[in-house]
Amino acid sequence: MLLIKCPWCGVRDETEFSYGGEAGIERPLKPEDLNDQEWADYLFMRKNTRGLFLEQWNHSLGCRQWFIVERNTVTYEIIATSKIKNEAPDIQVDA
Amino acid sequence: MAPMNKYSAFSLFKNALTNNKNWQVSWRDATPKSKYDAIIVGGGGHGLATAYYLAKNHGMKNIAVLEKGWIGGGNTARNTTIVRSNYLWTESSLLYEKSLKLWEGLSQDINFNVMFSQRGVYNLGHTLQDMRDIERRVSANQLNGIDAEVVDAQQIKQAIPLINTSKNARYPILGASLQRRAGVARHDAVAWGYARAASELGVDIIQQCEVTGIRKNGSQVMGVDTSRGYIEAKKVGVVVAGHASVLADMAGIRLPLESHPLQAYVSEPLKPVLDTVIMSNAVHGYISQSDKGELVIGAGIDPYIGYGQRGSFCTIEHCMQAIIALFPNFSRVRMLRQWGGIVDVSPDACPILSKTPVEGLYFNCGWGTGGFKATPGSGWTFAHTIANNQPHELNAPFSLDRFSTGALIDEHGAAAVAH
Repeated sequence: MLLIKCPWCGVRDETEFSYGGEAGIERPLKPEDLNDQEWADYLFMRKNTRGLFLEQWNHSLGCRQWFIVERNTVTYEIIATSKIKNEAPDIQVDA
Repeated sequence: MAPMNKYSAFSLFKNALTNNKNWQVSWRDATPKSKYDAIIVGGGGHGLATAYYLAKNHGMKNIAVLEKGWIGGGNTARNTTIVRSNYLWTESSLLYEKSLKLWEGLSQDINFNVMFSQRGVYNLGHTLQDMRDIERRVSANQLNGIDAEVVDAQQIKQAIPLINTSKNARYPILGASLQRRAGVARHDAVAWGYARAASELGVDIIQQCEVTGIRKNGSQVMGVDTSRGYIEAKKVGVVVAGHASVLADMAGIRLPLESHPLQAYVSEPLKPVLDTVIMSNAVHGYISQSDKGELVIGAGIDPYIGYGQRGSFCTIEHCMQAIIALFPNFSRVRMLRQWGGIVDVSPDACPILSKTPVEGLYFNCGWGTGGFKATPGSGWTFAHTIANNQPHELNAPFSLDRFSTGALIDEHGAAAVAH
C-alpha cells in the first residue's frame, strides 16, 4: 500500500486516490496543424519510465484535487508531491 | 551436440531402470557468438516460441535468444495459466484462436508435456448489460468459427456446485459465456518445452545476458550491446513484456505502453473442488484449481506504473473480496503465495506485433494481462514477421501504425473504454 501525501490534505492511503499517468503532457494548442503521427504521439505514446517518474494523481475520495507525484517506479518510493502549477513542472527528471 | 532423446512413456520406463541418472540436459546453456542472423531479446514463452518457429517454419538456424535472468523467470512463470480464444473482435479472436489450435497439438509438436487441459472457461455475467455483452461476444465467436455458448445460472450451478448463484448474492450471477475448448496449461513447461525444442534446432539460448543498448547504422539495426559483449545481427526481435518501453528507448522509438504490476495468488493445496476456470470481469477475479490442488487466483492490475514485480495490498484485498463473494466456502482457505509480474498495457488492450521505424527491428509487446494464452500464436506470427520482414495476415492488424491510422482494436470488453 502506498502512502501518498496530498499537498492539500496530508498523508493518506493509496485507496483514496486514483491514478492519472504521466505528468506534463500538454494538449497541443493547434491540433489541426498536427499530422497523424504527431497526434498519435500526443494521444498514445508514453515515456513509461523505469526509475524516477513524474506522474499525476487525483485525491478522488478526498479533496478531489489533481497533483504531481515524483516516484521511483522500481522501488515505489515517493520522493515528493507538489501542486500543479500553471507552467510546466520545474522538477527535472531524466527521461 | 548429440540429438535429443525423445520423451515418451518408454523413455520414462528406461530411465527409471537406471535410477533416473541418464536423463539428458534439456537445452544447451550457450555462450554468445559474435554474430547471428537473428537475435530474440527475451527468453520468456513468447521469445522462445518465436525462436522455435523461426527455426522450424522458416529454416533459420543461426539464432540466439538473449535472456537477462533465466528462461521463463518473468511473466511466463507469473500468470494464472488460462488459455482461451473468446475475444470479441475478429482480428483478436483469430489471433488467439490460432494460438488455441497450436496449444491443442503443442505437447506432440515440441515433444514436451505442457499439460494443456481443456477444462472450459466460464466468463460470468452479473448484470443485464453483462449478459447482452456476453450474447454479443458469443455470437461474434460463433461467426468466427470459435466454440462458444451462453449458459444460465442454473447450468452454472450444476457444473460448479460451490459457486454462489443465490439471487441475494453481493454480485448475483445471471449467466455466463462458456468456451469448452479453453482451459489451462503448465506455464513452466511451456518455457522449458519451447527452449528444448528450439535448442535442438540449433538455437543458442543465452541466459544472464542483459541487453544494454541497440546499435543502428542510419535506420538499419546492426546489433545489440549486452552484459556479455556486443553481438551483431541484422534482425532483432524484442519480446520483453513489461520492459518493452525500456528497450524501445534504446532504439529511439516511442511506444504507447504503460507497465503495471499484475498480481496473482495460490492457496494451500485442497482436494479437488473446482474442475473448470471461472472468470468475472465485473467483480475482477478469476480462479481455477491446479493439478497440485492449489486454488490459482488472479485479478486486475495495480493502477500505477510499476516495474517492481509487486503491487499493493489493497489490490489483493479487492480480488479476495470478489472471490469470496463468488465462493463463500473459500473464505477459510489460506493463501500460500502471492507474486507480481510487470505487464505492458496498450491503449486498446491489444498487443503490438510489428515492424518498427528501425529496419530489422521488430517489437512484440503490449499483451497486457493476457499474454500467456497467446504464446504459441504470438511466436508463430512474430517469427513470420521477422523472417519475411512483413507481418503474417493474422498479426497485420496489430501493427504499431494503428495508433496513427486510428485502426484500434478495442478489446477493453465490458469496460468499453472510449478513446
